[in-house]
Amino acid sequence: MFSDLLGIAPQVLFGQLLLGLINGSFYAVLSLGLAVIFGLLNIVNFAHGALYMLGAFAAWLLGKYLHIDYWGALILAPLIVGFIGVVLDRFLLRRLAGVDHLYGLLLTFGLAMLIEGLFVKMFGASGQPFAAPKALNGGVNLGFMFLPYYRAWVVVASLVVCAVTWYVFERTKIGAYLRAGTENPKLLQAFGVNVPLLTTLAYGYGVALAAFAGVLAAPITQVNPLMGSNLIIVVFAVVVIGGMGSIMGAIVTGLSMGVVEGLTKVFWPEASSTIIFIVMAIVLVLRPAGLFGRTN
Amino acid sequence: MKKYLAYALLLTLLLVAPLLFYPVLLMKVLCFALFASAFNLILGYGGLLSFGHAAFFGGAAYVTGHAIKVWGLPTELGILTGTAAAMVLGLLVGVLAIRRQGIYFAMITLALAQMVYFVFIRSGFTGGENGLQGIPRGTFLGLVDLSNDRAMYYFVLGVCLLGFGVIARAVHSPFGQVLRAIRDNEPRATSLGYNIDRYKLLAFVISATIAGLAGATKSVVFQLASLTDAHWHMSGEVVLMTLLGGLGTIFGPAVGASLIVTLQNTLSSGPLGAWVTVIMGLIFIICVLAFRKGIVGELQAALRKSFN
Repeated sequence: MFSDLLGIAPQVLFGQLLLGLINGSFYAVLSLGLAVIFGLLNIVNFAHGALYMLGAFAAWLLGKYLHIDYWGALILAPLIVGFIGVVLDRFLLRRLAGVDHLYGLLLTFGLAMLIEGLFVKMFGASGQPFAAPKALNGGVNLGFMFLPYYRAWVVVASLVVCAVTWYVFERTKIGAYLRAGTENPKLLQAFGVNVPLLTTLAYGYGVALAAFAGVLAAPITQVNPLMGSNLIIVVFAVVVIGGMGSIMGAIVTGLSMGVVEGLTKVFWPEASSTIIFIVMAIVLVLRPAGLFGRTN
Repeated sequence: MKKYLAYALLLTLLLVAPLLFYPVLLMKVLCFALFASAFNLILGYGGLLSFGHAAFFGGAAYVTGHAIKVWGLPTELGILTGTAAAMVLGLLVGVLAIRRQGIYFAMITLALAQMVYFVFIRSGFTGGENGLQGIPRGTFLGLVDLSNDRAMYYFVLGVCLLGFGVIARAVHSPFGQVLRAIRDNEPRATSLGYNIDRYKLLAFVISATIAGLAGATKSVVFQLASLTDAHWHMSGEVVLMTLLGGLGTIFGPAVGASLIVTLQNTLSSGPLGAWVTVIMGLIFIICVLAFRKGIVGELQAALRKSFN
């Protein structure tokens, strides 16, 4: 029944859809992290792509020198990078409180250059192969397409992380504090909540999300010092499309932009690298605040 | 009087410079000084952080190279064509980007510039990864042979002084005043009856056009237009030059550009060549944390203090 759908072989169509869904998962997790950080720090974290790369490298180094397997790295790498994020916030970003938000963007841009430059110097610009865990080798033939287990796992793991983040933000006490911190940090501080600590934790968490995505991506894209440098710009476009207003908005926009990109690869391959930017331009014309953004 | 004396001294220095230094490096410094000054118009005076100026710089370089090499236009017309292309591109990007403010403006310009970059990779006329090589320098008005480095230097100096003149004129005009008013307090400027979007767009287009002029001239100097000129690293570099020299000062960006270009040139031939990106990143961080006024800005502040 799926044969020759719109003149395109179903294997191709569903294969690209899956690829789009995987890219979309990365967009979702990364833009979610950006939204969490932006909410509390009012900073657009340009270093997000570099920290995503750092997550992948942490996993690779853990495996190479400490013989920690994929599953251990999937837990440890985000913790390590999250800790680095906490240090960065305490020693660098904290100093920009009260200064124009643009300086936060510039500082994290400098950080991204520094981190990526260091890793290119140490490991070269070519990629290091990173094996998927044995348990997820192989795949299953669904009839209309072949589904590799690892790729299915990436989508599921990202969705679970997104769902957990949404739950924490929207349904728990600490989530209420975080949302209050986004709305009015001064008032929250007056109620006796330690807002600077909350801010640091938010940065650490946002960064850990990026590292988690990095570990997930490692077996698919290889571990490369520049793996995050172009990705971050696409994620910025996704953020502009969705608006940084809501957690759910970031998740939905991220996933759907991945799917749109996948479909474009099938139907209009020449535009596949630019389609998200085109969507962004259209959204800016029709709804400048973004699909889920609030105008104020 | 003192001011004119200083300008005369500066002009003399610029005129004798090629006798003292390597002209090609000087031309590179001049082109980047003009690029950074153009960028400063939109960030320093307009308060809008564009992270996409490489698209105008690199785009104009490609169009100029194509116009001179393939269409066979004379050098001056080639540069004008490239500059006009940057103006049109600036108008398109500007119309979209000014719909949002602050960090969104930065993200939108960055994303649109990345889109332009992808278009350059894909389209045939840019030569892809190889770039557009062997652009002939030609002659100036059919009279002066520009393949001579000294002659080329004076041509570039003329073009850049023209560009600086336009920027200085814009900054010190009523238009520049309104632009600063918008930067400092947008609602107030609106309530005073100014159509702020129109001012922002005009500033953006002027800035993009002159950035294009700089890129077009650079492509003739080096006889090359490449993807490096259009990559977002270039957008970051021009932000760094402007920040280091001093945001919202007339001479700051030129000072910053001279320092960064000279530094890159020195580093790339030495043992620290592989560390250029790391060092640029470090300078960036130090500037943002400790040095936000930039070199010229800090000097001005120090001077003002000593007078009071």
